Amino acid sequence: MNQLGFPILTIMIAVPLVAALWCLLAPGDEAARSNSARRVALAATLIDFALGVLLWASYDVGGAQWQFVENVPLFGRFAWALGIDGIALMLIMLSVFLMPICIGASWEAITKRVPEYMAAFLLMETLMIGVFAAQDLFLFYIFFEAGLIPMYLIIGVWGGVDRVYASYKFFLYTLLGSVLMLIAMLWMASFAGTTYIPTLMQTDFPVDIQTWLFLAFFASFAVKMPMWPVHTWLPDAHVQAPTAGSVILAGVLLKMGGYGFIRFSLPMFPEASAQLVWLLWGLSMVAVVYTSLVALVQQDMKKLIAYSSVAHMAFVTIGLFAFNRQGLEGAMLVMLSHGLVSGALFLCVGVIYDRLHTREIARYGGLSDNMPRYALLFMLFTMASVGLPGTSGFVGEFLSLVGSYRASSWVAFACTTGIILGAAYMLYLYRRVAFGTLDKPDVAAMPDLSLREIALLAPIAAVVLWMGVYPESFLRPMRNDIGTLIARTERARPAGDAQLAAGAPAVRPVAALEETH
Amino acid sequence: MYANASFLVALPELILSTGALVLLMVAAFAGDRHTRAVGWASVALFAAAGVAAVLQASPEPAFGGLYRGDSFAAFSKVVIYATAAVSIIIAPGFFERGGALRAEYPILIVLAGVGMGVMVSAADMLTLYVGLELQSLAAYVLASFMRRDARSAEAGLKYFVLGALASGILLYGISLLYGFTATTSFEGIAAAMKNGLSIGQVFGMVFVIAGLAFKISAVPFHMWAPDVYEGAPTPVTTFFASAPKVAAMALLARVVVEAMGPQTDAWRQIIIFSALASTVLGGVAAIVQTNIKRLLAYSSINNVGFALFGLAAGTPYGVSGTLTYMLVYVVMTTGAFLCVLQMRDVEGNYVEGIASLSGLSRTRPGLAAAMAVFMFSLAGIPPLFGFWPKFLVFDALVRVGLAPIAAIGIAISVISAFYYLKIIKTMYLDEPAHPYAPATSRVEYGLMTLSALFVSPLGYLAIPVLGATSLAAAKALF
Repeated sequence: MNQLGFPILTIMIAVPLVAALWCLLAPGDEAARSNSARRVALAATLIDFALGVLLWASYDVGGAQWQFVENVPLFGRFAWALGIDGIALMLIMLSVFLMPICIGASWEAITKRVPEYMAAFLLMETLMIGVFAAQDLFLFYIFFEAGLIPMYLIIGVWGGVDRVYASYKFFLYTLLGSVLMLIAMLWMASFAGTTYIPTLMQTDFPVDIQTWLFLAFFASFAVKMPMWPVHTWLPDAHVQAPTAGSVILAGVLLKMGGYGFIRFSLPMFPEASAQLVWLLWGLSMVAVVYTSLVALVQQDMKKLIAYSSVAHMAFVTIGLFAFNRQGLEGAMLVMLSHGLVSGALFLCVGVIYDRLHTREIARYGGLSDNMPRYALLFMLFTMASVGLPGTSGFVGEFLSLVGSYRASSWVAFACTTGIILGAAYMLYLYRRVAFGTLDKPDVAAMPDLSLREIALLAPIAAVVLWMGVYPESFLRPMRNDIGTLIARTERARPAGDAQLAAGAPAVRPVAALEETH
Repeated sequence: MYANASFLVALPELILSTGALVLLMVAAFAGDRHTRAVGWASVALFAAAGVAAVLQASPEPAFGGLYRGDSFAAFSKVVIYATAAVSIIIAPGFFERGGALRAEYPILIVLAGVGMGVMVSAADMLTLYVGLELQSLAAYVLASFMRRDARSAEAGLKYFVLGALASGILLYGISLLYGFTATTSFEGIAAAMKNGLSIGQVFGMVFVIAGLAFKISAVPFHMWAPDVYEGAPTPVTTFFASAPKVAAMALLARVVVEAMGPQTDAWRQIIIFSALASTVLGGVAAIVQTNIKRLLAYSSINNVGFALFGLAAGTPYGVSGTLTYMLVYVVMTTGAFLCVLQMRDVEGNYVEGIASLSGLSRTRPGLAAAMAVFMFSLAGIPPLFGFWPKFLVFDALVRVGLAPIAAIGIAISVISAFYYLKIIKTMYLDEPAHPYAPATSRVEYGLMTLSALFVSPLGYLAIPVLGATSLAAAKALF
């Protein structure tokens, strides 16, 4: 079994699933069902969070690479195989941490069809944990793809005005990306004769085939990530989705792309990763500069944060494909940090959207006068998004840039401009929303954060600071796994142009030396 | 094999045909008042025939090599009989409202069942033709069963004319094959094809496959399907979309593997073309449909295309994928048609417009959820079970080195996802239109729930059993 003596991962997957079914099938009238659905959903996500804490506490850092392993050959062709390493652990923690906050954010904002809404979110949680815990190739694929259905409904049913278009775009875009991955998986399974991911991570696929396999996986993860130029579904989906939908989309779903790269593309196709590294770097450089500039001119708050997400995800890709420790650890920290910060920013947008029902930046202004607590927290998350030292954003982006500098100084140069541009668009957003004169009467009438809203934002703020001040807590579980990954990709690592190398000492005649003394 | 042993192999067909004749007498004397009883008796006949098919499964050919009762035939027959039985069970409610509740309906289905049984057991071109015609003749009558309804009559006529044309093409192919191989038995044809393919044999092969492609409504012989599906009474459409498809697909598999096995490369091109064309056309043409039955017709064209991908692999593994595909497909499509049967306005009249599904998730959440399960499953989105057969057929293609075809095929599946999503969107995202009449039949609801549960993620638990039996069935051909 495992160090806990019970199949904790299966239970973490099952708890939200059971709660979702309960929400859907509970009897009673509309109001009673809505109330009980809210409570059940909150309870289930809190139970999962508690289990997550237990998982982290009992995770043996420096122990076996795969822990909490479960393997039941339930489906004949593939198995119910679960297990986590440090990387998966951190992403599962992110998911279970954000979920209760999402439920809390929807507590009052969602008034129609509450049981279905809560069920969709609980299903999302089941599938997210499944994605990060799956150790079987096809089990992973099923969890990965299945997330489309609840997210489609969340955007489509509870979204904004243009929700139908956005939900279609989200669904078809991501589906087209991932079906090609399935073909590559089928090929890999028949080549390696196994669907067990840890074994596949040790398998050396033929180098000429690797390119195709890599591209097929790339199609899926690049869309999910999203990388420029296949990012266009993201702003639409974010703008139309309800607040909690945006939080989970930015917070966790985007991380599936990065997780895919780190779990599949790098260890399984190291040669192809090195071969196509300029594709990744090039797209990331464009993304950082271009989407930051696009973010600068947005009039819609959610759209602005959506574009900033694309830019931040580019920091993840340059870090991942730097092939060194700083880059990979930085990429993981950017993922975790972005999950928290962008989630919190969407919550901040949601807070004022719930009051004024518009996301147009120009409609606000001077909020620091009448909503000081809101302005404080919003500022903290703005700074974290910019990457101010002391916040989580700094650690990740700095490490990621250091890693990419060792791989290619030009990439590092191009992407560092993103830090400046990021500061520009975030501070500009903050100035327009929080500062200035409070001259609009309806804005002036907005009350400050309620206790519920503080309870949602404060935990995220605490973790953002924790990660900024003492990132070791988050890096420690992942260190060995990243070391294994680096050892695996070392043979294909592209030569960097900015490696420090000890030069040979200059040879000077002994006579000359003596003369100087 | 002795003659009586041969009869034992054909026991399912004997049970059905004798039973049909007896029931015909009963119906003639007892009249239409006992239609429901006749219906349940027919279901019992199918159950008995299914048991007989499983128990009598033996690899030995019967009637001097004309007929086979192997595990492939047994697998197909069980699926065929089960779906045929379902289309009998769901009929009385529909026909009662249309005033056409007659005892001939279950009997015609039983007769079609005999034909389908002969089709999947045929080991000779002539047995094949007899089975096919028996099934088709019953089907023509069924299509125009509501004879006072102009659409139903038109559907029957259209089906008959085009079906006769297809039979002609098939017969022409059979005669060419006979002319160039001097035999009509599958074994003999395979033996003759071992040493290369003469031009006459190529023509024969193309014509035979074309004739069979008509029966599974694969592109480019699909034109009849939307019109017939739309015009025929809904229970009959349910029947057309399920059992005969399985029978024709199994028949096609047996013909290409047993009779044309040595020339796999030759027929594979035809099958791949038809598969690609069916998936594209079925996907694109469905997008603009406004009638749910027409949409499901295109969906069936689309799905048949995917099932053909498994056949194109030409391996036992691929054929087992195709068999699994057809099994899961009939459950999904029968379930979808069961939902269509629930689409009645408050006065009890059947409606078929997709727009009338608007906001169904609010007015009838259970029905909407079931329909959504079937639609996502038909689209092949995991975790629904409809994903699994698609997985199997593409896996089979990848294993024989046809990964590029698989990649194209799976990319096409995104097109079809679009129109399935359209139905989900109508039900879940749109505002409620006119409400439907409440559900009346518990049997229909029960069947719908069962099908929905099968294509839900619970279906994955059936993979070990399903995989083993379908692979055993497929291996019987090779």
